[in-house]
Amino acid sequence: MGSYVVRRLLLFIPALIGASILIFVLMRLVPGDIAEILVYQTGSETSGVQQKQIQQIRQELGLTRPVIIQYLSWIGGAARGDFGKSYTQRRPVWDILRERFPRSMELAILTLVLALIWAIPLGVISAVHQNGALDYVARIASLSGLSLPLFVTGALILYGLVRVFHWIPPLEFVPFSEDPVENLKQLIWPALAQAYYISAPITRLTRSQMLEVIRQDYVRTARAKGLAERAVVYRHALRNSLLPVVTFVGWWGGRLLGGLVIMEIIFVVPGMGTALVQAVSQRDYPTVQAMVFVMAVVFLVVNLVVDLIYIWLDPRIHYA
Amino acid sequence: MRDVGRLLRRQPLGAAGGLIVFVLIAVAVLAPRLAPHGPKEASFAPYLPPSVEFPMGTDQVGRDVMSRVIWGARLSLYVGLVSVVFGITAGSLWGAVTAYVGGATDIGSQRIVDAVMALPPIILALALMAALGQSVNNVILALVVLLTPTAARTIRSVALGVVASPYMEAARAVGASRWRIISRHLMPNCLAAYIVLVTTNVSYAIVVEASLSFIGAGAPPDEPSWGGMLTAGIQAIETAPWMIFFPGLSISLAVFGLNLFGDSIRDVTDPRLRGGLG
Repeated sequence: MGSYVVRRLLLFIPALIGASILIFVLMRLVPGDIAEILVYQTGSETSGVQQKQIQQIRQELGLTRPVIIQYLSWIGGAARGDFGKSYTQRRPVWDILRERFPRSMELAILTLVLALIWAIPLGVISAVHQNGALDYVARIASLSGLSLPLFVTGALILYGLVRVFHWIPPLEFVPFSEDPVENLKQLIWPALAQAYYISAPITRLTRSQMLEVIRQDYVRTARAKGLAERAVVYRHALRNSLLPVVTFVGWWGGRLLGGLVIMEIIFVVPGMGTALVQAVSQRDYPTVQAMVFVMAVVFLVVNLVVDLIYIWLDPRIHYA
Repeated sequence: MRDVGRLLRRQPLGAAGGLIVFVLIAVAVLAPRLAPHGPKEASFAPYLPPSVEFPMGTDQVGRDVMSRVIWGARLSLYVGLVSVVFGITAGSLWGAVTAYVGGATDIGSQRIVDAVMALPPIILALALMAALGQSVNNVILALVVLLTPTAARTIRSVALGVVASPYMEAARAVGASRWRIISRHLMPNCLAAYIVLVTTNVSYAIVVEASLSFIGAGAPPDEPSWGGMLTAGIQAIETAPWMIFFPGLSISLAVFGLNLFGDSIRDVTDPRLRGGLG
C-alpha cells in the first residue's frame, strides 16, 4: 500500500515534466511575445527606438536566453514554489493564483455536489424501473444533458436569467467569506449548467452498474430474508454499484478546473480559466505555465486520491 | 430491408440517431444547394428577426443565419470526421505497436500519454491554436493532438490482452514475421475497439471545435462555426436571441444524433455491453 502510493507519486514527476515542457514550448511557438505587445501598445515613433526597447524588455525578462536554459530556470523555481512574476500584472504569479484558485475550486466543488445529488438518484430510479416509462424519461434527460454542449446550456440559462429576471452577471466577484448569499447567487448558475452536463455520464454509469448488481445472489438473499425494498436498493445494491462511479467522478473532478473555462467566460467569473485565456492572448508565459502546472497537479492528485478511496471502499482490491 | 426492420426493433434510439446523422450528412453535402445565401455574404441589414425571407434572421453584420447554420453543418462534420479518423488511427497504431513491442518503448510511450493527458484538453487546444494560428485545418491538427493519446491508451490495453493470447503465441511459434503478426493478428483483433472509438469521438470532436470557436480560439470568426455563431449571439443576447437558438439547436441535435448512433454501434460491436448502457 505504502509502496503503491510512493510509486504513483514517482510517476507524477515524468507526467508533470512532460506536460510543462509541452506548454513551455507551445507558448514560445506562439507568434509575437510580450515585449512586442508592450512596445507596440505604447506606440513610440521610430522603429529603431522600438527595436531597442523590445530588445531591452526581452533582456530584462530573460527571453534572449536559449529556451532550454529558460525552461530549466523556470522548473527550478517551480520546484521551490516560485513561479516568477506575471509579465502583464507586474506581481508574483503566486498572488494571482492565490486569488483565482479558490474561486475556481469553489465552483468546481459546487458543480460536483450538484451533479451527484441529481445524477445518482436518477440512475437508481432508472435502473429500478428498467424499461419502464420513468427509465426512458431518465435516459433521455441524461442523454440530452450529454448532447447539449456546455456553452449552449450556459447561453440558454443566461438568456433565461436576462429575460425573466433581468439579471446580468455582476462584474465584481464577491468571496464566500464576505457574503455567502451574493457569492452563491453568482456561482449557482454556471455550477448548474456544468453539473447538468457532467451528470449525464454519472447517471448512465449508476444505472448500468445497478442493473448488474441487482441481479446478484446477495441481493436476492436480502429480498428473501424479507428486507424492505428500500433497504435492498439503497443498503445492498447501491453501495456495491458505486465503485466505478467513484473512479469516474474522480476523473471528472480532476478535469473540472480546466473544464470550467467556458462557464467562467459566459458568467464572467474571474477564475483560473478566464485568467488563462487572457494570459495566453497576452503571451504572459509565467502565468500560463503556472496555471497549467497547478491544473495538472490537481488532476494527478485527485486521480491518486480516488484510487486510494477505491481501495478503501472495496477490500477485495489490492495494489502491490 | 429485413435488417433495417430488425435494427428499428432492437435499437429504436440508435435508428433515430442514424436518421439524424443521415440528415446531418445530407445537409453538409448539399450545403451549396440548400443555403439561399453564401455563409460569408454580409449584404443585408443586421439583426433582422426571423421572417419568410430570413427564416432564422440575420446576424450582427447582416449575414443570413440560416445559410450560416447550413454551412456550419459542413464545417462541423468535416472537422469532426477528419480529425477523428486521423487522430484515432494514429493513436491506435501507436498503442498497438507499443503494446506488442513492450519493454522500455512501451513504458516511455505511456509516460508521454500521461503528460498529454495531465493537461486540460481545452487549455491544450487553446495553446496549440495560439501557436499554430487560427484556421480550420489547424483546429483539426489540435484535435488530432488531443485524440491520439486517448486512443493510444485505450487500444494499448486492448492489444495487451490480444498479445497475451494463445493464437499470438502460435503465430510466433510457426515463425510469422513481426510485421505479419501485427498486421494480420493484432490489428484485426483491435478493430472493434477502434470502430467504437471512432464513432463515439466524432461528437466529442465537434463539441471541442465549437468550444474553441466559442472562446475565440477556433476557426477564423467569419467561418460559419456553430460555436462562433453562439459567441456572437451572446453579445446580442437581449436584442437578437435567434442568433443563439438556431446554431445552439443545430449543434445539440447533431451531437444527440451522433451519441445515439455511436451508442448503438458500441452495443452491436461489443456483445458484452449489449443492452447495458444507454
